[in-house]
Amino acid sequence: MGTAIQIQNVNFAYGAKQVLHDVTLDIPDRQVTAFIGPSGCGKSTLIRCINRINDRIPDARVTSGSIHIHGIDIHRPDLNLQELRRRVGMVFQKYNPFAKSIYDNVVYGLRIAGVTKRSELDEAAEKALTNAALWNEVKDRLRSSATGLSGGQQQRLCIARVIATEPDIVLMDEPCAALDPLATLKIEELITELKKKFTIVIVTHNMSQATRCSDRTAFMYLGKLIEYGDTLQIFENPKNPQTEAYITGAFG
Amino acid sequence: MFDPDKLIRKGLPKGYFKDILVRSLLGGITYLIVLIAVLLFAKIIIDGAPALFTSKFPFVDVEFLTAKNETLHVFDDAQGTRLQLPASKYSEYLNAHSGESIYNEQTFSYSGGGIAGPIAGTALLTVGSMILALFFGVSAAIYLAEYAKQSPFIHAVRLAILNLAGIPSIVFGLFGFSVFVLAVPVITSTPSDRTLLAIPLLINDWVLSFQGWNSSLIAGCATLACMILPVIITASEESLRAVPQGFRDASLAMGGTRWQTIRKCVLPYSLPGILTSSLLAITRVAGETAPIMFTAAVAAKDDFPWQGLGNPFDILSSQVQALPYHIYTLAARIPNSEYTQRAQYGSVLVFLLLVAVLSFGSMMLRAKMRRKLKW
Repeated sequence: MGTAIQIQNVNFAYGAKQVLHDVTLDIPDRQVTAFIGPSGCGKSTLIRCINRINDRIPDARVTSGSIHIHGIDIHRPDLNLQELRRRVGMVFQKYNPFAKSIYDNVVYGLRIAGVTKRSELDEAAEKALTNAALWNEVKDRLRSSATGLSGGQQQRLCIARVIATEPDIVLMDEPCAALDPLATLKIEELITELKKKFTIVIVTHNMSQATRCSDRTAFMYLGKLIEYGDTLQIFENPKNPQTEAYITGAFG
Repeated sequence: MFDPDKLIRKGLPKGYFKDILVRSLLGGITYLIVLIAVLLFAKIIIDGAPALFTSKFPFVDVEFLTAKNETLHVFDDAQGTRLQLPASKYSEYLNAHSGESIYNEQTFSYSGGGIAGPIAGTALLTVGSMILALFFGVSAAIYLAEYAKQSPFIHAVRLAILNLAGIPSIVFGLFGFSVFVLAVPVITSTPSDRTLLAIPLLINDWVLSFQGWNSSLIAGCATLACMILPVIITASEESLRAVPQGFRDASLAMGGTRWQTIRKCVLPYSLPGILTSSLLAITRVAGETAPIMFTAAVAAKDDFPWQGLGNPFDILSSQVQALPYHIYTLAARIPNSEYTQRAQYGSVLVFLLLVAVLSFGSMMLRAKMRRKLKW
């Protein structure tokens, strides 16, 4: 099994405030890797480094270390940033479909990539919505506004929107934080399904979610990677006392 | 020790009379303001309606809206009937009744005929300056809201733009006169005598001459646009910032470029807000007299701005009449009498209605957009 993302000695700072300290981990291909840890531990920052979406925040930058995706350093000056983000999709904590129709949302990524052929767009939209387990619910109202959907449907639409461009890696930043338990369950089922096709990195606050749907788990605390290993091992037999304290609910 | 009986008040509530006094004073002031507004509108409508409306179909004095502005001639004819005729009809009358003599003739400048010229001029000025102001204003707002980093310098830039809003309109008028009328560069083969600087371009006999646009529609539009730029920029920036950050994140994260993101996921959603701000600006542009006094407006003009032009672009360099300036002329530059009232109050009423229609139009447009783009 190959390595999809290689994170090496990454230090990251918002201005003078350092939030990631020397984080090193390899994320395997075609598996689900979960980042867990208390609020403010840097797990969201780390996931946002992988598609360089942090770039838009002034003064926020990786101060040292490197991130390679399938062997390519994503900070090299001649990197095609748009292509990187097409290969590394992202689902956000708060579902954020555009206030456009469902169809326009799904094909957005293809359209900005320059696809204009109607049949191609239709096909991609159906495929993405089917893969996101949303097709049956919305196939009769593709032209109606995405904001009319329920929260869970909106988040699945966001996932469909991301996978429509067929990325290699899908980053999910607490995708269920704004959803009720039933909608969460659907997303989790979806994640299990999606990992056949994509490498998935998921940030979660919910430890049972990590056990349910991830293969590997990384526990972070105060900007440092404390422990990283197979999910079963982390939750049943943590090596680090801090990890144990966190997963048993002693803090966080 | 808690004494429940103390909860029951004896006599009137505390401060009873003071409350009544304050309440009626504040209420009185409010209704006084309303009364003033009502009186103002009533006066304009009562005095202006006879000029604009008629008792017969189509109930609107079409001639007042579509005829050119002329001098009004008032006289007694041979039978002793008092007649009021605009200049063109007056000469027709004289030709038709060449043998008869007329008595007690009085003339009133600008008071006869209609106000089509000022209406057309105001419409052209409003449209032109809104196009300029929206283009430059929205561009600047996009830069400030989406591209510029929040640095002390950008803060100063924003402050400078805000300060522009506090400048009295007459100052904009003088600025427009000294810059747009007298100084901006034009490319011409025959530079004017008063050109500030003429640089030969070495192509044909063209010269880049800093001689200004003269008093013209384009100079007036540019001046008005400068005046409302701060309003447009500030409000546009605000409505750009009001677009959810999630839209930008999502678009960027899917490989959108900065500009694709702005064009497809930010601008469409901020348009209703931008339109709201331009609504305010439209009424201001249509209503200002001072900025156009020296830069575009004339009191009297025989042709419509679009008549007698060599090519369509010459309309930009023609002078125009404008409603607010027309009202100023009627009110301040000619003697008042019963015969001038029709033109005066009629113009004011038409002006108010025009502004109301413009505002209502943009309100409808905004509501329509708001319904379509909801998040």
